[in-house]
Amino acid sequence: MSKRLTVPKTYKLFIGGKFPRSESGRSYEVVSAKGDFLANAAMASRKDARDAVSAADGAVKGWSGTTAYNRGQVLYRVAEMLEGRRAQFVDEIVQQTGVSSAVATAEVDESIDRWVWYAGWCDKFAQVAGNGNPVAGPYFNISVPEPTGVVGIVAPQDSALLGLVSTIAPALVPGNTVVVVASQRHPLSAISLSEVLATSDVPAGVVNVLTGSPAEIAPWLASHPDVHGLDLTGAGELDWIDLQMDAAQTLTRVTSPEQGPDAAAPSLARIAQFTETKTVWHPKSLV
Amino acid sequence: MSFLEYAPAPESRAILSLKPEYGLFIDGEFRPGTGGTFETISPADESHIATVATASDEDVDAAVAAARRAFERTWSKMSGRDRGKYLFRIARLIQERSRELAVAESLDNGKPIKESRDVDIPLVAAWFFYYAGWADKLDYAGLGPNPKALGVAGQVIPWNFPLLMLAWKIAPALAAGNTVVLKPAETTPLTALLFAEILQQADLPPGVVNIVTGAGATGAAVVRHPDVDKVAFTGSTAVGREIAKAVAGTDKKVTLELGGKAANIIFEDAPIDQAVDGIVTGIFFNQGQVCCAGSRLVVQESIHDEVVERLKARLSTLRLGDPLDKNTDIGAINSLEQLNRVRELSRIGDEEGAERWTADCAIPDKGFWFAPTIFTNVQTSHRIARDEIFGPVLSVLTFRTPDEAISKANNTPYGLSAGIWTEKGSRILAVADKLRAGVVWANTFNRFDPSSPFGGYKESGYGREGGRHGLAAYLKGAA
Repeated sequence: MSKRLTVPKTYKLFIGGKFPRSESGRSYEVVSAKGDFLANAAMASRKDARDAVSAADGAVKGWSGTTAYNRGQVLYRVAEMLEGRRAQFVDEIVQQTGVSSAVATAEVDESIDRWVWYAGWCDKFAQVAGNGNPVAGPYFNISVPEPTGVVGIVAPQDSALLGLVSTIAPALVPGNTVVVVASQRHPLSAISLSEVLATSDVPAGVVNVLTGSPAEIAPWLASHPDVHGLDLTGAGELDWIDLQMDAAQTLTRVTSPEQGPDAAAPSLARIAQFTETKTVWHPKSLV
Repeated sequence: MSFLEYAPAPESRAILSLKPEYGLFIDGEFRPGTGGTFETISPADESHIATVATASDEDVDAAVAAARRAFERTWSKMSGRDRGKYLFRIARLIQERSRELAVAESLDNGKPIKESRDVDIPLVAAWFFYYAGWADKLDYAGLGPNPKALGVAGQVIPWNFPLLMLAWKIAPALAAGNTVVLKPAETTPLTALLFAEILQQADLPPGVVNIVTGAGATGAAVVRHPDVDKVAFTGSTAVGREIAKAVAGTDKKVTLELGGKAANIIFEDAPIDQAVDGIVTGIFFNQGQVCCAGSRLVVQESIHDEVVERLKARLSTLRLGDPLDKNTDIGAINSLEQLNRVRELSRIGDEEGAERWTADCAIPDKGFWFAPTIFTNVQTSHRIARDEIFGPVLSVLTFRTPDEAISKANNTPYGLSAGIWTEKGSRILAVADKLRAGVVWANTFNRFDPSSPFGGYKESGYGREGGRHGLAAYLKGAA
């Protein structure tokens, strides 16, 4: 019997819960560490970025309006789906980056475990980040964190999966929705992660994934008035100062690039960075 | 004399012993500035109060250098307990000199003495007292163990609550272990300079707090100084944008407390008497020169006429005049520039078809005054419903359903504050959840407390001042 001919996957974008090609019709070649052809990934355009922001904006109300318990369950479900596709993610990382299977396995395991860690924060974060305030008067006064809204993310460029997980998951915890620009060189894991998200009860539009050139797409996200937060963790090789200045125009909350193995390390601060504290006062005396 | 008239009861200016001229407060001492001088005047009668130095770039340099030295040699090495003791001393000195500070504030700013005496200065003392206690408890601030100060904080504050904004900035900065270069507003430097004298009485180590007076250029020099680690600004959204751009690409941590266009939502089941009082407090407190002022009244259609009539009756009893008179309700607008802005936006309100009503009160001959004004028939597209007026001007809009109220309230690039008036508790909580604003007052308005975080959503800025959250703006966590 002859060797079975494989059925390769078409890697597309992930916008509003659907997998469209780039409206521009453009794609680019993704190659292995040795330079072998792996796939043609979609080369997202300005229009794709705007469509993704629109989808993310439409999803804020629903996602932030779910109970924290429910968000936690949905995010935990993502970890379950990731676990089920462990082998696929390991293979893709090996193919894209050329690391050993053991190294790739460690990255996938850490990605899953980190996702679980963040999932567990959903119904605890508000307790840790908020508090009742003992004001000097007969008032009930409470501070609670709320999501900032739509967060644009430039994912770490040297990581296929872990960087993506480390930037997306904390933004989702308090109820933000995201538009993420994947690693340009290693975009395949991002699209496979999208397939996981699409089958994990994550509502359409909550996560939108763009592949292509961060240098081309990021400025459209930075200057978009409906993007309220901008995570530049993976923007170290871009003109990120210009991106911060673009973001300043609408006072978009913005972070700076992070380098090295500790980039986007899991922390409470990563959840808090795209939240707004709301303080509500009410008289305790009878009105 | 009607029952609403009172004989004048002015607070005496004699309690003040002002110097004719003030220099810059750098490294624990007053010194002349090298950028020329300007005069600060009373907006109530345009009379001269004092001559004040303008800090040049070199002066700002010297202030930042003093702050850096103080940070490295003294303040960062001092125990939290001792930092706290200095802050407690400052709080007590403010209480001791509160009457003097209230008079100086009303004189320089134009706000009624009963506000500076009963609101501003007591809150200033409370702010220092609150943060004093945090100085040796930073491990409990929620930022992980042993959080670290940022270094030198550059702070630029507005003229609407001059000493209170100073307290909001300096108290948490010092408690967290930072040193400070602060620039007060050009039109209201007086109480910051008196505060510098208080620091001398408290024997605060030189350089821990430096006060540089001047206009926008001095503020820009503070914000842009390369040796400043933290920028804290309260003021307009336009300047906030410039600051956000100026710090792009630097490691400076920033908090911005910017403009607002708060909706004060009145449901038909609201306690009307309290609501009318709350509307008045919301927009006419401090002549409406408040970033969180309830400048848009969003009232349910069924009670619109009643509320507006009661408001007009209430406003007709307010007394406008001498800020130092203890009977005064409405003081002077802080500057001619601000008065012109209020006039211009009100003129646009007329042009766009809103109906203007103005309280019938005598306007003094000298000084900057604007009588309490209500615009009815305002549409969401009108400039007076969109732009921050920062004056005693209320724009009235109506709604029929709660959803419409929420969407109108959120229909603004700002998101600083909002008000809700209804007797129904579940409605308060549901509406409060949906309002995109950093502070929501339900059945009250314009309440402030050092333990209560304050700050905006969207283009009203980022970061919080007050409470445990306010400390985070001046610390970096270990994690």
